[in-house]
Amino acid sequence: MSEVKYSKEHEWIKLEGDVATIGITKHATEMLGDIVFAELPEKGSNVEKDGTAGVVESTKAASDVYTPVSGEVVDTNQEIVDDPSKINQDPENSAWFFKLKIKDKSEMDSLMNKDDYDKFAKENNT
Amino acid sequence: MEIKKTSLYQLHQDCNAKFVEFAGYQMPIQYSEGIVEEHKFTRNHSGIFDVSHMGQLFIYGGEELIQDLEKIFPLDLKNLKLNHSKYSFLMDKDAGIQDDLIITKIDEGFLIILNAACKDNDFKILKELLKEKYKMVLDESRSLIAIQGPKSSQILNDVVDGVKDLNFMSGNWFLFDNQKVYITRSGYTGEDGFEISILNNFADKLTRELIDKGSKLVGLGARDTLRLEAGLCLYGHDLDKDKTPVEANLNWAISKERISKGDFIGSDIIIKQLNNGVTKIRVGIKPEGRIIAREKTKIFNQSDVHIGEITSGTFGPSVNGPVAMGYVENEFSKKNTKVFLEVRGKKYAANICSLPFYKKSYVKGVN
Repeated sequence: MSEVKYSKEHEWIKLEGDVATIGITKHATEMLGDIVFAELPEKGSNVEKDGTAGVVESTKAASDVYTPVSGEVVDTNQEIVDDPSKINQDPENSAWFFKLKIKDKSEMDSLMNKDDYDKFAKENNT
Repeated sequence: MEIKKTSLYQLHQDCNAKFVEFAGYQMPIQYSEGIVEEHKFTRNHSGIFDVSHMGQLFIYGGEELIQDLEKIFPLDLKNLKLNHSKYSFLMDKDAGIQDDLIITKIDEGFLIILNAACKDNDFKILKELLKEKYKMVLDESRSLIAIQGPKSSQILNDVVDGVKDLNFMSGNWFLFDNQKVYITRSGYTGEDGFEISILNNFADKLTRELIDKGSKLVGLGARDTLRLEAGLCLYGHDLDKDKTPVEANLNWAISKERISKGDFIGSDIIIKQLNNGVTKIRVGIKPEGRIIAREKTKIFNQSDVHIGEITSGTFGPSVNGPVAMGYVENEFSKKNTKVFLEVRGKKYAANICSLPFYKKSYVKGVN
């Protein structure tokens, strides 16, 4: 049983066991425009909830990618580094960013479910 | 101050433009297909750009005006043929660039296309320099529409008969809907193309006809990636008052004949720099990987000494990689010099390269 949750910084997070897969939402990609560069955290590094864990750049500007939960980076998606346009094509599925072995599952509690996020994204359309 | 809208505002909205404020105007940054698609469509087919925010300055006068303008611009205007255009700049006495511009000889005098953010100040400066001797009109009643890309000549010619016979950097009056439009074969994308000066009331109709013939609206986002790939400067970024045309590597735009006379504003500094060299100079910079080095990125040499700064940097969709321009100390400006760019605290390798990143395809000598 896995559930997808969402952050106010427009990341999605899917928890399976104690491994969380994290990426950016479709809404985020629509705001960014064409993504042409992606930088991911290093495998084996530790990231802290709400800390920077990567960068995406569109033709226009660079934006940080934050992690909505803390943990150890156990895998990263090299495919989106090699071809960042995949992030625009399939952001909430094959174009995931990194996987974390999470420290504290309760950090998931404060995140939004899909309905709440959709509403949030609609209200914060900038 | 109230934000201005161009006469194509409704059309931009109809085409789902995302707007940004630029130089006091509400301008489209992109449409629904996005910057990369718009960029590629311009390179492969034809893109339409609303550049109505730019200044269209008409100065009316004859021989005396030519002499007076030669005191301002480093151009051989006496020998500029009717309906021919030149790229130039308005300099201060220290040869600092106050604006870059295109000047065209027309029947009644000159038409000068100015940057939107500079046009009001340029008008003031020129009025003062010309001592109010000539009628000058910064014409807000006309829109400026650019159409760029390999299919543009045929598309525009279907709407305005005869334009395909124009040569690069020349223009003429044509008729659209019984209205006089002034069209030059020019642009700022590195592609063949045209700029159309047309009364505001007719701009929407003309643009919709061009779209019907297969061209598409392209926003300022792609205009920026296109011009950067073409190695062209953007005022306020690659050019400003702290940079001279020699430092900007724009010597080709300075008339040799006028340098020998040295009687224009800033000529002392220009001549000195041409003879003695400059300490900093504009170069193309190609990062080795995919890293994008944007404006204000610091440039270092191989000994980790700070040697310059990026003034424009983005991802070039046709180059399919990052591209940048910047100023470096002269001794590091040779092609293939290895440099390092500091992005988010890390240094990334890059090479000084020649411009443009993308080869131009201007049409010369149609006739």
